[in-house]
Amino acid sequence: MENATNQTATIKGGEFLIKETNPQDVFIPAEFNEEQRMMAQTCKDFVQDEVMPLLDRLDNHEEGLMESLMKKAGELGLFAVSIPEEYGGLNMDFNTALLVTESVGGGHSFPVAFAAHTGIGTLPILYFGNEAQKQKYLPKLVSGEWMSSYCLTEPGSGSDALAAKTKAVLNDAGTHYILNGQKMWITNAGFADVFIVFAQVDGDKFTGFIVEKGYPGLSLGNEEHKMGIKGSSTRQVFFSDCQVPKENVLGEIGKGHLIAFNILNIGRIKLGAATLGAAKHVADLSIKYANERIQFKLPISKFGAIRHKLAEQAIRIFGIESALYRAGMDVNRMEQALLASGKGENEALLGAAREFAVECAILKVEGSEALDYVVDEGVQIYGGYGFSADYPMDRAYRDSRINRIFEGTNEINRMLIVEMVLKKGMNGELDLMGPAQAVQQELMAIPDFGAEEEGLFAAENKAIRNLKKAILLVAGTAVQKYMNSLAKEQEVLMNIADMAIKTYVAESTLLRVEKLVSIKGEAAVANEIDIARVTVNDAADIAFIAGKEAIASMAEGDEQRLLFMGLKRFTKKDLYNTKEARRRIAAKLIDANEYAY
Amino acid sequence: MKILVCISNVPDTTAKINFTADNKSFDKNGVQYVINPWDEYALTRAIELKEAKGGTVTVLNVGEADTEPNIRKALAIGADDAIRVNAYPKDSFFVAQQIAAIAKENSYDIILMGKESIDYNGFQVHNMVGELLGIPSVTPAFKLDLLDDTTARLEREIEGGKEIVEVKLPFVASAQQPMSEPRIPNMRGIMTARTKPLKVVEPVGAEAKTSIAAYSKPEKKGGVKMIDPENAGELITLLRNEAKVL
Repeated sequence: MENATNQTATIKGGEFLIKETNPQDVFIPAEFNEEQRMMAQTCKDFVQDEVMPLLDRLDNHEEGLMESLMKKAGELGLFAVSIPEEYGGLNMDFNTALLVTESVGGGHSFPVAFAAHTGIGTLPILYFGNEAQKQKYLPKLVSGEWMSSYCLTEPGSGSDALAAKTKAVLNDAGTHYILNGQKMWITNAGFADVFIVFAQVDGDKFTGFIVEKGYPGLSLGNEEHKMGIKGSSTRQVFFSDCQVPKENVLGEIGKGHLIAFNILNIGRIKLGAATLGAAKHVADLSIKYANERIQFKLPISKFGAIRHKLAEQAIRIFGIESALYRAGMDVNRMEQALLASGKGENEALLGAAREFAVECAILKVEGSEALDYVVDEGVQIYGGYGFSADYPMDRAYRDSRINRIFEGTNEINRMLIVEMVLKKGMNGELDLMGPAQAVQQELMAIPDFGAEEEGLFAAENKAIRNLKKAILLVAGTAVQKYMNSLAKEQEVLMNIADMAIKTYVAESTLLRVEKLVSIKGEAAVANEIDIARVTVNDAADIAFIAGKEAIASMAEGDEQRLLFMGLKRFTKKDLYNTKEARRRIAAKLIDANEYAY
Repeated sequence: MKILVCISNVPDTTAKINFTADNKSFDKNGVQYVINPWDEYALTRAIELKEAKGGTVTVLNVGEADTEPNIRKALAIGADDAIRVNAYPKDSFFVAQQIAAIAKENSYDIILMGKESIDYNGFQVHNMVGELLGIPSVTPAFKLDLLDDTTARLEREIEGGKEIVEVKLPFVASAQQPMSEPRIPNMRGIMTARTKPLKVVEPVGAEAKTSIAAYSKPEKKGGVKMIDPENAGELITLLRNEAKVL
């Protein structure tokens, strides 16, 4: 693996909730090397030169246009990044793959086609295909000669993917599986040569298949009319006695769920990367417009209300970016550790992504919601022009919205975050019980009025430690109250997930800035210090509201009072002047006339 | 066919230009550097010629170590090897002497560069190199083809038309749009760039002929007054009394 660190894994998936991380152990974007930066620049140049001039034509579904762009991207090697060399790839590490995804992320519909092809369209064959399948398909998918798509969702099964009705039956001759059924919202369907299809063998054995465009019995619906990402091809795919050679079964019969769910972990964190790229692009537009638009004889970037928005866009972007590459490197390291322990290459990355499935889901949720914030305020900064379809915010606003829906809705992902952490606690992978009991004891004890710690971020570090206690307090109570029926208390799960998401993002931001301070010194990163302080401050506020809602619904009387007192104690912080901090953060953006962190 | 392509490391076209407090040097703080865009036309044309006829493309930069990312980029785009003359490019004459020294050592068939660098816009180095080496210099050219192994045909823009020039190798030429379609380095090119040789050589003793006394920015433009089309009279009054141009 290129560029992978030789550091050993320092943290397990979900463990951030109960463990402190040393800033020197996180990867920060400032550490990307020259080669990685050049790769990112190639992707940005491609989007700028080739994709952006075509956005209107792409959205009108001009025949063959997206396909030709994808072919060009293939020629530039954009599909090759994370594929092993023996299949025509470049074998770069996971964080490089994330960086490439981020760097095409500003291209509206293009990154959707890109991600569907390189992620869910290619990786199932890489990780679950047999050698013959890999030899046959991967080199063509990597070069862009063939395009791929992923057929999981059906009209009646979206979030509940395993309830798919498409059937596969082995023919009498034993040579082909006969597929019948219908798949819905299939990205790239219009020009795909290969379809990764999930179907039930013998009625209940959920199984993956590699289906080629030319197989008899496969047909496509019309292009869907969508709110956004109009340039991506989205169609239904129909299977009517579709004959799929037996050797095109992907993985084992009845083990399709392993493919579907494992690939989704990677898809989710990559979606976080794509939203990061899109958000940076929209922030650039917002800043430039705010500097150009004159009202009351001043550029609107001079006004506090607009500065607040510009700063908050940057804060949210900085947050996803910090969490993304931290988690990406944790996956990298875990992959190396699994390889070192004798696991095969495929199992190593899949296993690493599975280990950090909580973090992958966090990135999916926070990335899509941060982008939605950024585009929403982008429209607002543009004012009336933001509402005009002749200006770029219209497309950015519509294109953003799908991110909260696909790759598992944000609601499904929130529930997964909590369920996966609790499961790890149950089966002993994470010691949640010890820290949760310690929190209960702390709650009964006299508050600690001891001397304050010293240091640049003493208050913020304490706030993060306390936020984790607040999560254990609320989650622990939920587990005790609801036991096995916790899954039905979705509102409480949402509350706990919100607390965990904001804590992870705030901690990642703080760790990144602490590391930056150690490299560049305080004075050089004064604005980043502001960003970290605001992020931690706001995370505590959001956690307080989420925790309060959960406690009010779970407990009554003395117990409620005790829990609420604990929550207040664990989300307490000194007042911090976020207004001035945001003004300073915005000033740098306004001066640079682009996103500058 | 041995082609030498000279590239400059210049501030990105969108960079904010500032000077140090004494106004004697350019403030590099926060400035992104790129390969001089005119040099990119030269580079891609050189690579195209190599792809069609065989041979090698060497890139040459006169600059300090911080120019290496852009030299690597040229290698990623498709040059075979690179030379960096380890010196700050003080002025055109200094740079031309460095290029001439390298060229004398290696005898190239064609020496290409952009018509000018977009930072100082000197438009001098190509002709100086031609003079120092005693070979023809065709500049600026927007088309370059090889007729055979010894002769090239170039087209250059002249007042009101174009001039078609035939020249024997070796020669120097400078490039402008649309000599070629500049390329984005592909991923594999980026991966192989680090394995390609980049030789660092010390400069030959050469005096700069000029030095910078001071930099200054153009005066800020004043605000624009908008006059309603109905009020042509007001416009005349302002032009006469305020702008004093009538």
